[in-house]
Amino acid sequence: MKELPSIPKRIGAIKFGLLSPREVRKMSVTSIVTADTYDDDGYPIDMGLMDLRLGVIDPGLKCKTCGSRAGECPGHFGHIELVAPVIHVGFNKTIRKTLRSICHNCSRLLLTADQKNTFLLQLNSAKEMGHLPDDIVNEVFKEARKTKICPYCSAEQKEVKFEKPSDYIEDGHKLTPTEIRDRFENIPDDDVKVLGMDPTSARPEWMVLTVLPVPPVTVRPSITLESGQRSEDDLTHKLVDIIRINQRFQENRDAGAPQLIIEDLWELLQYHVTTFFDNEVSGVPPARHRSGRPLKTLTQRLKGKEGRFRGSLSGKRVNFSARTVVSPEPNLSINEVGVPFEIAHQMTIPEKVTSRNIELLRMYVLRGSEVHPGANYVIREDGRRVRVSETNKEELAEKIQLGWTVERQLMDGDIVLFNRQPSLHKMSIMAHKVKVLPYKTFRLNPAVCPPYNADFDGDEMNMHVLQTEESRAEASILMQVQENILSPRFGGPIIGGIHDHISGLFLLTRNENDITKNAALELLRKSDIRDLPEPAAYTESGEPRWNGKQIFSQILPEGLFLEFPAQVCFKCDTCKKKDCEYDAYVVIDNGEMIQGTIDEQAIGAFKGKILDKIVKEYGTEAGAKFVDDFTRLAIRGVMKTGLSFGISDEDIPSTAKMQIINLLNEAEGNVQRLIEAYEAKELEALPGRTMDETIEMKIMQELGKARDQAGNIAGRQLGLENSAVIMAKSGARGSMLNLTQMAACVGQQAVRGERIRRGYSGRTLPHFDKGDLGADAHGFVKASYKSGLNPTEYFFHAIGGREGLVDTAVRTSQSGYLQRRLVNALQDLEVQYDGSVRETRGVIVQFKYGEDGIDSTKSDYSKPEAVHRIVRMVTGREVN
Amino acid sequence: MSISEATIDSMIAQLDLPKNILKTLREDALKANVTKKELEEIIERLEESYRYALVEPCEAVGVVSAQSIGEPGTQMTMRTFHYAGVAEINVTLGLPRLIEIVDARKLPSTPMMTIALEPDYATDRDKARVLAWEIEATHIDNLADITTDLANMQLIIDLNEKTLQQRSLTADEIADKIREKMDVVVTVSGNIANQIILTPNAPSYRELLQLAKNIHGITLKGIEGIKRVVIRKDGEEYTLYTEGSQLKEVLQIEGVDVTRTYTNNIEEIYSVFGIEAARNAIITEANNTLGEQGLTVDIRHIMLVADIMCCDGEVKQIGRHGISGEKASVFARAAFEVTVNHLLDAGMRGDLDELNGVTENIIVGQPIKLGTGDVHLISR
Repeated sequence: MKELPSIPKRIGAIKFGLLSPREVRKMSVTSIVTADTYDDDGYPIDMGLMDLRLGVIDPGLKCKTCGSRAGECPGHFGHIELVAPVIHVGFNKTIRKTLRSICHNCSRLLLTADQKNTFLLQLNSAKEMGHLPDDIVNEVFKEARKTKICPYCSAEQKEVKFEKPSDYIEDGHKLTPTEIRDRFENIPDDDVKVLGMDPTSARPEWMVLTVLPVPPVTVRPSITLESGQRSEDDLTHKLVDIIRINQRFQENRDAGAPQLIIEDLWELLQYHVTTFFDNEVSGVPPARHRSGRPLKTLTQRLKGKEGRFRGSLSGKRVNFSARTVVSPEPNLSINEVGVPFEIAHQMTIPEKVTSRNIELLRMYVLRGSEVHPGANYVIREDGRRVRVSETNKEELAEKIQLGWTVERQLMDGDIVLFNRQPSLHKMSIMAHKVKVLPYKTFRLNPAVCPPYNADFDGDEMNMHVLQTEESRAEASILMQVQENILSPRFGGPIIGGIHDHISGLFLLTRNENDITKNAALELLRKSDIRDLPEPAAYTESGEPRWNGKQIFSQILPEGLFLEFPAQVCFKCDTCKKKDCEYDAYVVIDNGEMIQGTIDEQAIGAFKGKILDKIVKEYGTEAGAKFVDDFTRLAIRGVMKTGLSFGISDEDIPSTAKMQIINLLNEAEGNVQRLIEAYEAKELEALPGRTMDETIEMKIMQELGKARDQAGNIAGRQLGLENSAVIMAKSGARGSMLNLTQMAACVGQQAVRGERIRRGYSGRTLPHFDKGDLGADAHGFVKASYKSGLNPTEYFFHAIGGREGLVDTAVRTSQSGYLQRRLVNALQDLEVQYDGSVRETRGVIVQFKYGEDGIDSTKSDYSKPEAVHRIVRMVTGREVN
Repeated sequence: MSISEATIDSMIAQLDLPKNILKTLREDALKANVTKKELEEIIERLEESYRYALVEPCEAVGVVSAQSIGEPGTQMTMRTFHYAGVAEINVTLGLPRLIEIVDARKLPSTPMMTIALEPDYATDRDKARVLAWEIEATHIDNLADITTDLANMQLIIDLNEKTLQQRSLTADEIADKIREKMDVVVTVSGNIANQIILTPNAPSYRELLQLAKNIHGITLKGIEGIKRVVIRKDGEEYTLYTEGSQLKEVLQIEGVDVTRTYTNNIEEIYSVFGIEAARNAIITEANNTLGEQGLTVDIRHIMLVADIMCCDGEVKQIGRHGISGEKASVFARAAFEVTVNHLLDAGMRGDLDELNGVTENIIVGQPIKLGTGDVHLISR
C-alpha cells in the first residue's frame, strides 16, 4: 500500500485589500508599453498586451514565466505605468467623503483626539461583534465634515464639491488626482484607522492609481475566427486604449504641450481607466465596440445573474450527469429510476481494484465499452487514464492490478441523484437506485411526481452519478426517496398516490364481494402476497368471492389501527363514524380494512393518512413498500373495471337542461331588477360602499348563486357512477366545479376579481348598449363548455383565461425572488449540539429550535395524542 | 394505589419536556389515576419518544425553513385583494402580503386593525357606534357640500344636519377645528343653520382654489389615517374593523380593549409593544397569509424566519437591506446582490473572509460546514 492520500488543503480565510503600487509592480512580470498584440507572423509582441510572460493561450507555445503550456499556466499579471495618476471609479464615493473629512492643509482627520478615540473604540467593538462598520464610519464622515477649522493646524476648511463622473472642485478649482493623492498620502495611519480602513492592507492613496495592473492573457483570451482573423477580448481592447492614450500623454508632456491639451489627455486617460473598471458608470458614456455594442469590462464580468459570482462561482457545471425526458412506470419502486441503456453505457462509476473485486473488474474491462455492464476507462496507478476500446480491452484486462481504478458502466442498484428544476425544496433532488431499461426516457414511479412537481407532458430531468463511496453512502442514507416521504414543510407525506392510484383504489375498495380468485390473484400479483384471506362470500354455486377491502388489507402492515373520514365524506352535522351510511368512514383494525373507501384522504400525496401513519410507525422502508404495493395494486384495480371519460359523460337530460335555462333566466331577471333599482336610485348602499360598488357586488352574488345552483342541478343528474364524479369525489383529479362548467354553466368571467369592464368607452364590446350593466354584457357565460360558447362569451372567456396566464407568469418571477432571498438569509443557520440555532458568527437565533426542539417531520410526537397513546399503552385505560 | 396530584406535580416538575406535553401528561395522569410505577414508565417512554422527535444536531434548519416558506409561494395567488372576514374591508393577501411581511415594510399596502372593545361597549351597539365615530377620521366631505362662491371670494360649507348628529359634531366645533388647522377667516353663518363660510386672507383666486383643495385634508374628528370603521358582531360582542392603522392612538381611546386589539402593521406593533410582540406578529401574519391560501406550513419554519428577522432587537428585512446585507462574509454578500460594491468596500476595509458560511465555501470549492460537512472524524 502506498501512502494515504493527503487530506485536501482547506482554505482557512481570504483577506481583501487594495493593491499598492509597489505590490502591483512586485507581482507584475513585465511592464506593458506597446499597444499592439501580435506581429505579422501572429507571434505575440514582447512587452505588448499578449506578451508570453503573461501566460499562454495558444497551443504549442510555452509560458516564459512558468514554462507551462496553454491550459496549465494560470497566467501572470503585468502592469502599465500611468503617466499621471487617475482615480479608481469604484472609490469615488469614499474619496469624496475622505476629502471632505480631512484637512486640506495638514491632511489630518478633522476630529479631536477624544472623538477619534471613541470612534476607534466603537469600530473595534463592532469588529469584535462581527457587525459591519458602515454606520460608524458614516458617522465619522458626518462629524468630521461639520468641523470648519482644523483642530491641528487651524486651517479653514473649504467645501469640496463632487461632479460626476470624477471631478472634485474645491473653491472653484479642480483638484487633480495628483493633488488628491498627495493629500491622502499625508493622512497619518492612526487617522486612517478611524476612517474604517486598515492601513496595512489599504491606504487611502491607493484609491488613486499610478500603476495599472494588467490582467493575464488567460483572463482575456483572444479567439481565432474561422477566417483566421483574431478577435480580441473586450478587456484587451480597453487596455489598448489605455496604453495608446498613456503614450500620447507622455509624448505631449515631454514635448511641453500647452496645459489645455495636457488636461484633455488626462481626462481621456481617466475615461479609459474608468471604463476599464466599469462600463456602466452613470454620467460616463459607455465605451463601445466597433459594432456599437458596449464593452463588457471588469464590473460587468462580475455583476448579475450570469456574472462571475452568481453564474460561475456559486453555480458550477458538473460532469457525470445526464438529462432526458421522463415517463411513468408504475412497476418500478419509488426508490428506483429507470435509466435508458444509452445513458448507462456512457456514465461510469470508478472502482478501485482490490484483491476482492479484481476478477469482477477484469470481466468488465474484458467486455469493453460496447457491451452493457462494461468499463469505459481504466486509470493506472500513475494517474494516466486509458480508454477501453475494442482493440485494447484484452490487453488492459490482462494488465489490471491492485491500485488501478476501473471506471465501470452504470448498473442496476447504483445510487444516483435525480433532479428536476426548479429545485424549490430539498425533495427536488433525491437519490434513486438505477434500473437500466430499454428505450430513451428516464422512468419513474408516478407516486414520486409530487415532490419533483413533475408530469409527463415532456418534462426533462437530470441525473447525476455519484463518484465517491462517501457520497453514495450519504445519498442513500439521507437523500433516498423513502427518506423523503415526509415533507419537512408540513410533516406529512409529500409522496403518495395521484390520479389513477386514487381512482383505482377507490373503485376497488368500494365494490362489494365480486372478486373471483383469478382476479384477486391478478390484483395482488406484484405484491409479495402468498395467501389469500378467507373469502368474504360464496356464490350460489359455491365459488369463493373476495371484496376490494380484503384485497387492500393484504398490503397493510399488521397491527395498524386507524379511523378517519374519507374524502367522499359528506360532512354531516354529526358524524356517525362507524355507522356512516355512505361507507365514507374508514376503519382499519389490526391491519385489516373493515369499512370505508380508500381515496385521497387515505393514500393521496399531501393528505394520505394511512401512508402518514405507516411511515411514522413502521419506518421509511415499510412506507416505501406500502407505496410500491398500493401503486401496483391501484393500477391493476383501475384496469379491472376501467375508467374512461368522454363527451357523452357530460350529457344531462333535457328536463334538467330546461331547469338550468330557467334558473339562469330567472337570475338574469333578478339582475335586471337590481339594475332598475339602481337606476332609480332605490338601491340601498352597503355600509362603506358606493352605489356602484354595491350594485356590482350584488350582481356578482346573484350570478354566482345561479351558477352554483345550475351546478347542483347538473351534479344531481350526473350521479355517482359518472367517471368524472368518481374522480372529483375521490380527489383523484378535477373538481365538481370543473364538471359543472362542462355540463351546466361556465359562469362569470372575472378580471381582478371584478366583472369585465374594460373595452370600449361605456361598454365591453360593440355588441352591447353603452352603460348596459346586464349579466351578458359583462362576461357572464351562460353556456356550458359542452354546449359551446357564443362569440361574445368566447371572447370574455379568453379575457378571463388570459388573466390567469399573466398571473402565473408574474408569480413565478416574484416567488422565485422571494425564495432566493429567504434561502440567502437563512442558509447559514444550523442546529448546534446544544439544540440552539446559530449562524456563522455564532449569533444565537433561537435558543431551542422551534421553541421545543422538535423536528417538523416528527412533530406528531409532541401532540397531545402521542401522550394519550403512551398513557393508554402503559395503563390500559382510555384517557380521552 | 393512585398517587396524589402533588406527587404527580413533583414528579413532572423537573422533566425537560416542552410545556404542552407536560400539561397533557398532567391531565392524563390525573384522569387515568396512575400509580407511581405506571407514571414512571409513562415518563420514561415519553422522554424516549421526545428524544426521538428532536431535530438532529447539524441539521441545516435554515435552508429547510426557507424552502418550506418559499416553495408554497409558487402555488399562491397573485390576487392582491380579497375579503378578510369582513366583506367591507379589502386586505392584501397571498404572495404580495407574504413578500410585504418578509420585506419588513414600514407601511403595509392595506393597514387594518381589529379593535376589541371593553365589556360594556362590546355589548352595546350604540356605544360601539359612538366609539367608531370617535376613531374614524371625519373629513369635511363626509358632512357637507362645499360650494366655491367666486363672486364673494368665499367658500361656503353647507353641513348636513343628519350626519352631524350621527357623528355628534356641531357647526361651531367644526369651525373651531378649521380655524385651528388653517389660517383663514371662519364664520359660522347666522341666518342659515349649519353653514360655515370661509374667506381666504388674501382675496385671490389662487388662494381660494388652494383653500377649496386643502379643506378636504383636514381631519375634523377621529384619528388621522383611519379611513373607515366597520362594526361587526362577532359572536356575542361587537368588534370594530378599521381600514388604516394607528395603533398608538387607538389604544388611548377609552373603551378599547388594549389586550385584544390587533393591527396588521408589524412596524407599529414593534414601536408600541417591542420586539417580542413584533416577532409574534410576524409569525401570526405569515401563518395567516399561508393558511388563508390553504397551504399548511409548520409553525417552526415561520418562527425561524421571524426570529432571524428580530434577533438583533429590531425588525430587519430579509434581503439586501437587512439580513443578507449584514452577513459577516464578503463573498456571501457579493454573491447575493450589488456584487461590486461589496468587493470594493471589503478591499478598502481590509476585510477577512473566514469562510464559515455556505456560499463562501461553494465559491472557493470546499465542502460546506453544515450537516454532514460539520462532522469530523479524527483518527489517531
